[in-house]
Amino acid sequence: MFNRDRWKEILEVLTTNWFRTVLTAFGVFWGILILIILLSAGKGLENGIRADFGDIATNTMFMWTRSTTKAHMGLPIGRNFNYKTEDVETLWEKFPQLRFISPRNQLGGFGGNNNVIRGLKTGAYNVYGDYPEIIQQEPMAITAGRFINQSDIENKRKVAVIGLGVKNELYEAGEEILGSYIKIQGVNFLVVGTYKKRSGNGNGEEGQKEIYVPFTSFSQAFNRGNNVGWMAITAKDEFPITSLKMGIVNEMKRVHKIHPEDTRAIGFFDLYEEFNRVESLFGAMSFIGYFVGILVLLSGIIGVSNIMLIVVKERTKEIGIRRALGEDPWSIRKQILLESIFLTIISGMAGIVVGALFIYGVNALLDANGPVDMFMNPSVNLGVVSAALFILIISGLLAGFIPAQSAIKVRPIDALRTE
Amino acid sequence: MIEIKDLHKSYKMGSNSLHVLKGINFNVEDGELVAIMGSSGSGKSTLLNILGMLDEADSGTYVLDGIPIKNLNETKAANYRNKFLGFIFQSFNLINYKTALENVALPLYYQKMPRKQRQEKAMKYLEQVGLKEWSHHLPSELSGGQKQRVAIARAMVAEPKVLLADELTGALDSKTSYEVMELIQNINDQGNTILVVTHEPDIAQMCKRIVHLKDGVIVKDEKVKQVRAKVNV
Repeated sequence: MFNRDRWKEILEVLTTNWFRTVLTAFGVFWGILILIILLSAGKGLENGIRADFGDIATNTMFMWTRSTTKAHMGLPIGRNFNYKTEDVETLWEKFPQLRFISPRNQLGGFGGNNNVIRGLKTGAYNVYGDYPEIIQQEPMAITAGRFINQSDIENKRKVAVIGLGVKNELYEAGEEILGSYIKIQGVNFLVVGTYKKRSGNGNGEEGQKEIYVPFTSFSQAFNRGNNVGWMAITAKDEFPITSLKMGIVNEMKRVHKIHPEDTRAIGFFDLYEEFNRVESLFGAMSFIGYFVGILVLLSGIIGVSNIMLIVVKERTKEIGIRRALGEDPWSIRKQILLESIFLTIISGMAGIVVGALFIYGVNALLDANGPVDMFMNPSVNLGVVSAALFILIISGLLAGFIPAQSAIKVRPIDALRTE
Repeated sequence: MIEIKDLHKSYKMGSNSLHVLKGINFNVEDGELVAIMGSSGSGKSTLLNILGMLDEADSGTYVLDGIPIKNLNETKAANYRNKFLGFIFQSFNLINYKTALENVALPLYYQKMPRKQRQEKAMKYLEQVGLKEWSHHLPSELSGGQKQRVAIARAMVAEPKVLLADELTGALDSKTSYEVMELIQNINDQGNTILVVTHEPDIAQMCKRIVHLKDGVIVKDEKVKQVRAKVNV
């Protein structure tokens, strides 16, 4: 196959009619270019949307309580109940597949009253009682100081980590923040850190206006006892939370004496399922990319096949001579196939290179003009490129197959008679 | 060298079939220079094609140097043609994008001979036909006589058992025809077996034996006194 004479001949044949060769190659070039551009555009959209999800642990569910809608075990309908801190222990025992269980409590909320005071300034903020693990489930960048830690929990320290939005409203520019005190519903907390969340999703502004305090200090300061407002539960990566969630919910129903068929009493939201829905959208997009791209490529390949047929026709006499001189039919078939594969691959490579340059240009443009919504870093990975190459080789083979067959079907004596 | 017994061949032309060869019997000894003569339609080209394994007979036997030639698949036929036969055509049939040297080296390429060896050998044969200086010219840069010499070199290069020439002077003027025939005679003098199909009596006279074909049968098979081409030039 890697035979100097064979390759010389391939080049000779393909260069005898430059214009035709280039036109033919353009079909395949165009097909692979469209394929690459479509796939990279899909990838850009995917990257953009993924960036909006941020680093949030997506294998997560949130679970809260509502009032019961069925009487059970002598307990009335419409009963309110709370998760307890013991529930966390129960869940840890029953579900070793879990990675984080963060019990959470909250003060304030959307449109709440002013609940935080510092000197002469006041503001309305969401205040969360949390464990240190929450930073892994809801990632945030600590811009100064530190986040709450385990000894804050154990010692029930009244410390707080505030968002940049809180800082901007309660502090003058340049004021020392760490070590200052803020009063949350009449209780003083020492500010030990500030955070910034990655903006991008709709509630970016709101996300910066939060205050995190240790769960235990929160419970004590605001009289929550061992109640838990809601829980953020993340499973280990190999166990999708979607498959665990009903077990968790049923366990909570059992613990809190709720009718097993009461579907309203425990509210939950499965982030993973939501995320998967978007994932399947990405899948559909890359399917469309492949589908359209390959169809365009196919028309290019038909072009190659067509031209190869003409080439074979033109060379009928030559093929006849070669067979009279004793070339074996397989060698002729191989020659035609190689010409076709070579043409396909060269033009495909050109398509890949131009596609890559195009992507590079778009990226440079995006970099220069700042980020665009829902679109980021369009790219194709090596897998796609090798898939494209694979498709090219296969299609080169297909394109050459029929012409090669027709080349050896002509009997040498008939081929020699052709003038 | 060649033994043919009761060879029949007919072509189907639509509904009626055309019986071209009606029982040919003839033998060719080693080192003979045989002319096959006949008017057009006498079956001489068909006979040559069958001898050249480009076509297959309907019935009869064909033995080439002790090897029965029958039921060949294409690969085997190609292999035999390459090893046993050298073709010289009326229209030269050189491959026009290959140089004279490459054209001559083609049969060796199909034998998978290494490049260097192949070129040396091809050069040797080009030299023998007096075209060493033209080895890197394309066929389009050569005259008719030169092209036919290249074709002869190509037919010789694989050292075949038999050379088959189909109207090899048909496209040449008489002066070049004689030059080419002189070359053929020289090759024959070296002991090669050559079959020439022609309808020109003067060319036939330059062979050692003439087989006359008419309507698919041999009507006359005679040894002749060879006329040397050189005298006529």
